[in-house]
Amino acid sequence: MNTAIASLQLLQPSSLTAALKMLRDDGPLTPLAGGTDIYVGLNFGTLKDRRFIDISPIEAMRGVTVRGDVLRVGALTTYRELIESRVVNRLVPMLVAASREIGAVQIQNRGTLGGNVANGSPAGDTLPVLLAADALVELQSCDWVRKVPLRDYYTGYRRSVLRRDELITAIEIPAVHGSQFFRKVGTRAAQSISKVVIAGVHGAEVRIAFGSVAPTVVRVPKTEAALASGASLTEAQEILQTEIVPIDDVRSTAAYRRRVAANLLEDFWRSTGRGRAGFPQK
Amino acid sequence: MTPAFPAITFTLNGKRVTVKAHPLKRLLDVLREDFGLTGTKEGCGEGECGACTVVLDGRAVNSCLVPLAQARGARVDTIEGLKGRHPLQKAFAERGGAQCGICTPGMVMAAAALGPNPTLEDVRVGLAGNLCRCTGYIGIYRSIKQANTERRRGASAPASPTARATTLGRGRGPGSARLQPGKSVRGRGSSDPRSAARRKGGSR
Repeated sequence: MNTAIASLQLLQPSSLTAALKMLRDDGPLTPLAGGTDIYVGLNFGTLKDRRFIDISPIEAMRGVTVRGDVLRVGALTTYRELIESRVVNRLVPMLVAASREIGAVQIQNRGTLGGNVANGSPAGDTLPVLLAADALVELQSCDWVRKVPLRDYYTGYRRSVLRRDELITAIEIPAVHGSQFFRKVGTRAAQSISKVVIAGVHGAEVRIAFGSVAPTVVRVPKTEAALASGASLTEAQEILQTEIVPIDDVRSTAAYRRRVAANLLEDFWRSTGRGRAGFPQK
Repeated sequence: MTPAFPAITFTLNGKRVTVKAHPLKRLLDVLREDFGLTGTKEGCGEGECGACTVVLDGRAVNSCLVPLAQARGARVDTIEGLKGRHPLQKAFAERGGAQCGICTPGMVMAAAALGPNPTLEDVRVGLAGNLCRCTGYIGIYRSIKQANTERRRGASAPASPTARATTLGRGRGPGSARLQPGKSVRGRGSSDPRSAARRKGGSR
């Protein structure tokens, strides 16, 4: 590990209340759950945070429940638990599809949905799914609980409205109506970070979100509106190009990403028509 | 002055152990340095290669990404817990599942976590987070297939050290043998007579 371990401190609260007090009174603290992002940063010495709070034992932040027509996923729910959850498979299969393509088994067994949101990478695999599902992020502090639409959550590259005294405690997903779609394009099926990732819902409403094409994950409202109002696919693909701002980086090039984003839009639109399952069969 | 760390207790290869170390120390380093269990290797240190795979409460994890604090009260199984007698270890040695060997402990632990009845697809997905630069994976899949045949046989036989070892992991229980003869894990150019015989006289 390229970080001097003696320089690190870990607070270990026994409850959500205790954790929120620590965040308020002893901060700044970085929440540690599955560790699949934080330990990469510590191992490479790139993470500057030195004080952590282990939120993994907080039972109140685990598990999947349905209230009315809202699916509530505790922030500490792992990708493995999402993949194995019957209710998630039934209601939000695109979230299961995304979870299956994150890292590999070892990462899926540890990484959490809340962690994916907190890490806020523009390439985060579940984030386009949550965006297309109009998900809300539940944030708690000692004094309040607030729910922020994921659409308003990120304010820039890895920046969000989360305050240092707040924890992401759950993700709420309202009922999704329509055919769902998820597809990630990367160098291989396992372990790769996406070059481009898309999630979409094709129902009475059309909702489309992309990852790895902008500083944050993005919805493409003009493209959605065009498709919903009967524009041709070609027109929608042209509009899409005005809504994404991909860059050249180690994983891909801007030009490739633009082309693939257009292709993915087509894939989404053609495979989610009436009566279609929406999932490309492997 | 070394700060005093709280004692952390967990079950390591079936034995209850206690260690006093920094709660953020990587499980990988605790295993290697505090317990001298150097079978678990560090490859990439970023959860990409799987060389450090151990089984935590029945699930394969990258021990380079697990803080000691989160092993508290857990069951940790490492390659040493298989005592060199597990059918997977024997099969990896016999069937070309190991060449340079650096990935092997992680590969074996990831395979062990799949239980004795994975399909070839389960094996491919279950081992997708374990990189091997020598074997091309075919030898590994072949080894796992052989071992699992033996594990299933062992599971119905009276308890032996190897049969006991098959309890590791959360795979499907015995009786749901889903390794299909027609979906052999062997390479196409295989010269293994048993597998070839199975293909010829297979169920379809």
